Amino acid sequence: MIWYLAQRLLQAVGVMLGVTVITFLLVFLLPADPARMIAGRSATPATVASIRSELGLDRPLPVQYVSYVKGLVTGKMGRSYAQKAEVTRLIRARLLPTVQLALAGIVFELLIGLPAGIMAALKRGTGVDQTVMALAFVGVSAPQFVVGLLLIYFLSYLLPIFPLGGYGTPLHVILPAITVGLAGGGWYARVTRSAMIEVLRQDYVRTARAKGVFPTKVVFKHVLKNAVLPVVALVGLDIGVFMGGIVIVESVFGWPGIGQMIWQAIQLVDIPVIMGGVIVTALFVVVGNLLADIVYPALDPRIRYS
Amino acid sequence: MDTETSNQTGRGSAANPPRAAWLGRTGIGRALAALVVLTFGTALAQQGGSAVVSFQDDVSTLDPAIGYDWQNWSIIKSIFDGLMDYVPGTTELVPHLAESYTVSDDGLTYTFALRDDVKFHNGRPLVAQDVKYSLERTLDPATQSPGQGFYFTIKGAQEFVDGKADEVSGIEVVDDHTVKFTTTEPDASFLHKLGLNFAHIVPREAVEAADGDFGHQPVGTGGFKLKEWVLGQRIVLERNPDYFEAGLPYLDELTFQVGVDPNVAFLRLQRGEVDILGDGIPSARYTEVMADPTWSKQVAVGEQMQTGYVTINVQMEPFTDVRVRQALNMAINKDRIVRIINNRAVPATQILPPLFESYASDYAGYPYDVAAAKALLADAGYPNGFDTVLYAYNVAPNDRIAQAIQADLAEIGVRAELRTQAQSTVIEAGGAGEAPLLWSGGMAWIADYPDPNNFYWPILACASNIPGGWNWSKYCNEDIEARAAYADTLARTDQHAERVEAWRSIFVDIMGDAPWIPIFHELQVSMHSTNVTGPKEIFVDPMHIPVHYEMVRRAE
Repeated sequence: MIWYLAQRLLQAVGVMLGVTVITFLLVFLLPADPARMIAGRSATPATVASIRSELGLDRPLPVQYVSYVKGLVTGKMGRSYAQKAEVTRLIRARLLPTVQLALAGIVFELLIGLPAGIMAALKRGTGVDQTVMALAFVGVSAPQFVVGLLLIYFLSYLLPIFPLGGYGTPLHVILPAITVGLAGGGWYARVTRSAMIEVLRQDYVRTARAKGVFPTKVVFKHVLKNAVLPVVALVGLDIGVFMGGIVIVESVFGWPGIGQMIWQAIQLVDIPVIMGGVIVTALFVVVGNLLADIVYPALDPRIRYS
Repeated sequence: MDTETSNQTGRGSAANPPRAAWLGRTGIGRALAALVVLTFGTALAQQGGSAVVSFQDDVSTLDPAIGYDWQNWSIIKSIFDGLMDYVPGTTELVPHLAESYTVSDDGLTYTFALRDDVKFHNGRPLVAQDVKYSLERTLDPATQSPGQGFYFTIKGAQEFVDGKADEVSGIEVVDDHTVKFTTTEPDASFLHKLGLNFAHIVPREAVEAADGDFGHQPVGTGGFKLKEWVLGQRIVLERNPDYFEAGLPYLDELTFQVGVDPNVAFLRLQRGEVDILGDGIPSARYTEVMADPTWSKQVAVGEQMQTGYVTINVQMEPFTDVRVRQALNMAINKDRIVRIINNRAVPATQILPPLFESYASDYAGYPYDVAAAKALLADAGYPNGFDTVLYAYNVAPNDRIAQAIQADLAEIGVRAELRTQAQSTVIEAGGAGEAPLLWSGGMAWIADYPDPNNFYWPILACASNIPGGWNWSKYCNEDIEARAAYADTLARTDQHAERVEAWRSIFVDIMGDAPWIPIFHELQVSMHSTNVTGPKEIFVDPMHIPVHYEMVRRAE
């Protein structure tokens, strides 16, 4: 197990290095000049050139990369071109809201997806199954900005139960989390359903039923515990993806997450912020997957890492 | 004084407070100016309360040397002040931190007498040395100010920027309350440039204490001071009790909520949670709002210093032929394009917007005439038209406007392939001279200051016809360039009329060369809640978009 973890950690470092290289190259391949974006419309060529040299953008690309990674190792991500502030400070300000929405979103995905999937699996082939799967399909396909705006319109504006977007109280997180949950919940329902059906066919389930184990106990102890593995994998993925920010949900609800920050940075060709945001996101993807891997053996003793 | 033209009543003129006296003497007796002066007397009774402004995007910086977008521009103006400013709601230039100023006869020396009642938010009184420091900070390459280019006419600026001098010799501190600027050539728009945010005065100690992040820890002299900034969420400003403009600002507190979707902001406005829609009325609701008798009363519509245009690359075949460019000008149905954006603009006949004194109201521009356009094209040797490429910014409504332009061009046989791309990509293509046609929407020219030369030098001059410049037409007419340079030397007050006329004829003559298709002048539309009030002009202030914050009052 420890050997396995060490191996995975080493891999993670490799992945992170790869991410920095690829992001760096992609950002510099953009047909846009950050110095010109900063300099604005009235700048003389001399101004643009002096800004370029102030930013160190006139150095060869490998030199810039090495100096960036050197900073990274010491915990520095440079200063935002547009805001001049330390990128680490900008990211820190966005981190807590991002974590909150990611966790709340996953909770709602599970709250919506798991029961729906279980129900559909148990009533397989019936109208219940079909209805649940149809709704899951709608949930997955509905554009989040439409769902979000509808929720706001009905549950915040017409019926003033929730605040009209924003951040602050626990009440603020519910509608954005539901919006996330409706979309992701559809996936969770499908995955849960198929995993459940798989397990329901197993001999030990038939045995449990035959020896008269209470049906609820069969479902939760014997079936669900074994069917939940792919769901754990999904959660692991979602941790990573959501920590990269849920741009659309963030912007509809005015949630100060990391996604909005990266999005605005892309508009402004604010390279240090783009780089920092992508690296932090990649870090969470790696960590999320690692967590899922660690949780597997705890849930299913058949899985052993050696 | 014999050698200097006094534009001002001197400091300490006994009978009247200098600012009011100045307003009276130069006859700005426009309704609004009068109103502003009048309200000073009764203002105290109207002070108090708070207001909320909503924005979708986060505010990037409040550093006056750095901030250069329409969102932070006016917020910065409410925290900082410059030597010059504008009468609220107008484009009328007046002294601000300066009590008065004089210009030498040769137009090269500007001497400013500073007010002696100005304090920074940290309590320290403002002195002349602060003016020198602030301008040098904007010029300093290390600051990376987008406004640096405005101040190269100051004597010694180039040497300072090149690192050959420790200070700008053309900015002299005469005494604590007198500062003298010397320019290398007469610069008729110099006073306007001193009204730009880039020339706002900052205290050195606060800049240095902020350690590179002054943009998030602004300290100025303005009517509002920073109370709280929660990144990605809100900026709260509070009244500066020491503000030198008596009775201003009206509000005790002003909050900018960022990250608010425009549609949600609109709902919040109905609920009274938001007072000013920073991003304007969501376009999906615009028609509904304007048709609603209650809502439409909360809307203010005004002009701004903006022109939306298509640049025609005059160095690319077949646009090297002026007849082709003129034909294109006649092919566009501008009224239809204005309808695409819900009539939030007026069709343009020329380069300058009507807000400018040099606007040629008697110039009709090119008529919309498909037959005449076709005839001109045939004349130029293209009876069957030709293929070309139209670049545009890919965010609504610019994609739809570009499609309309494409359709209009097709009517005269010009087959334009659309390339709608990210803003920075389009700017890059324009600057590199790779764009045959380019719709400027979303990147269109809003003047930095209300002087016609700002519509020439950065976007139409030979001097800006350089790789990476903003002259996307790659237009260069040496004769026009010489006339423009001459017009800008007409810096004295008694030459004003001559200068206005000079620029008028310059822009009309450029239209003869047709390097642009001017499409429309966008109107400024702002919506506010019934909780706030003020003269209509301040809600569509041409210098403060969307709203002149210091002038907003809480409704009774």
